[in-house]
Amino acid sequence: MKYALMIYVSPGGMEAFSEEEGAAISAEYLALRDDPRCVDGAELALPETASTVRVQDGESLITDGPFADTKEVLGGYYVIDAPDLDSAIEFAGRIPAARMGGAVEVWPVVVREA
Amino acid sequence: MIEQVFRDEWGRVLATLVGFLGDFDLAEEATQEAFALAVDRWARDGVPRNPGAWLTTTARNRAIDRIRRDRVLAAKLPLVAVPDSRPDAEEVAMGATSIPDERLELIFTCCHPALATEAQVALTLRALGGLSTEDIARAFLVSTETMKRRLSRAKNKIRTAGVPFRVPPDHVLPERLAAVLGVVYLIFNRGYSGRDDLAGEAIRLGRVLTGLMPDEPEAAGLLALMLCHDARRAARAPQGELVPLEEQDRALWDHAMIAEGRALVDRVLGRPARGPYAVQAAIAVLQTEEQIDWAEVVALYDELVVLTGSPVVELNRAAALALAGAPEYALGLIDRLDLDGYQYLHSTRGEILRRLGRPDEALGAYRRALELAGAEHERRYLQRRIAEVGPGC
Repeated sequence: MKYALMIYVSPGGMEAFSEEEGAAISAEYLALRDDPRCVDGAELALPETASTVRVQDGESLITDGPFADTKEVLGGYYVIDAPDLDSAIEFAGRIPAARMGGAVEVWPVVVREA
Repeated sequence: MIEQVFRDEWGRVLATLVGFLGDFDLAEEATQEAFALAVDRWARDGVPRNPGAWLTTTARNRAIDRIRRDRVLAAKLPLVAVPDSRPDAEEVAMGATSIPDERLELIFTCCHPALATEAQVALTLRALGGLSTEDIARAFLVSTETMKRRLSRAKNKIRTAGVPFRVPPDHVLPERLAAVLGVVYLIFNRGYSGRDDLAGEAIRLGRVLTGLMPDEPEAAGLLALMLCHDARRAARAPQGELVPLEEQDRALWDHAMIAEGRALVDRVLGRPARGPYAVQAAIAVLQTEEQIDWAEVVALYDELVVLTGSPVVELNRAAALALAGAPEYALGLIDRLDLDGYQYLHSTRGEILRRLGRPDEALGAYRRALELAGAEHERRYLQRRIAEVGPGC
């Protein structure tokens, strides 16, 4: 079986910790990535760097920030490698859910030096 | 003199640096340093022949020095090929070297739809207009701290989310251009309703856009529209009370601005696919004529209704219809609009009813408009109308 684990964080939740405590928590995340059960994973950038794409009448509507409405449910995810945000938005606009009353959030993935 | 050069060159130098570095903050820092150096140097040695080239070269050299010094920074900016030689700013500024103008790329980055509208507006004023964070904060009635956060959040998003620095490809250009023009018009309206300097700033941006995209009828249309409206500024409320267009003292209009707007409209109106700004500009030009051809104004509003589908445009069309000789019909149209909370629906109804000699109904309409009116000069105008049509006159 494959499972997708979606991680929800409380905003600013890491700020309460010291640098050492923060490093220890990061190490926990990294250790989980090394677990043989883990296929892939990504750390997302801050929510204010996210964008939301919806398609209405064939036209992409882009808004700043993540998707705030709660009546839709999470249906899946893609991780893509695109040259810039316009390209990612174009990809997002092709996802059927975007034109079927849903929305696609586009989050930058944090890349850390190895 | 130096200040004027700075205002003219800021956007150009910053655009080149953002293009070179791919990083907004760094580009702003280097540009600021170059401008600070210029203040001292130019006061002593005079303004160089090509101040833009001097500023750009100096800012670039500063950035290169900084990247060389700072290994962490160099790792963060892997795309920047740091040249071995530093061109001499004095020499460059003496020569005829032309530095490519990348302001258009910068405008499209600042007005990217993935940024919140208020951030697009602030960023455009800062990056292209060269306004200080304090000035922008004051114009938008927020604290400098709030504005600083808004700007830095936007710049962070541009960097982190990979907002591209380029003129969008053809298939998305029309909608992206509409967003850019929308931001400029928003700045203008902000100024039109109070802050003169912002209206002037919007017109300056409009000129930059028209210069950079001479074949874009909507850019010229927007500039013409802003010019024709701003030309009437002094006549709109000379005594602190709104004066309607038909009663304005034309001697107070800026006729040079109107002529410029008219020339722009003449240039773009013949184009096959004219857009909403060009049509609005054409209406504004017609309304500056000695004898206003209201039938022609109505025809243009017909076109604008199709282009925008906006009920506010339908209201304006009805107002023009009333002046074109069909007031009863216009009233019927207005009463079908779903704009009850809109002040101008009621003031327009009041005007038509007053001219039709139906003072009782006009009074009710003006009173309703007054309930909704916020601006002092509009309130005074409505109070005068109420006194004119009210009982006891």
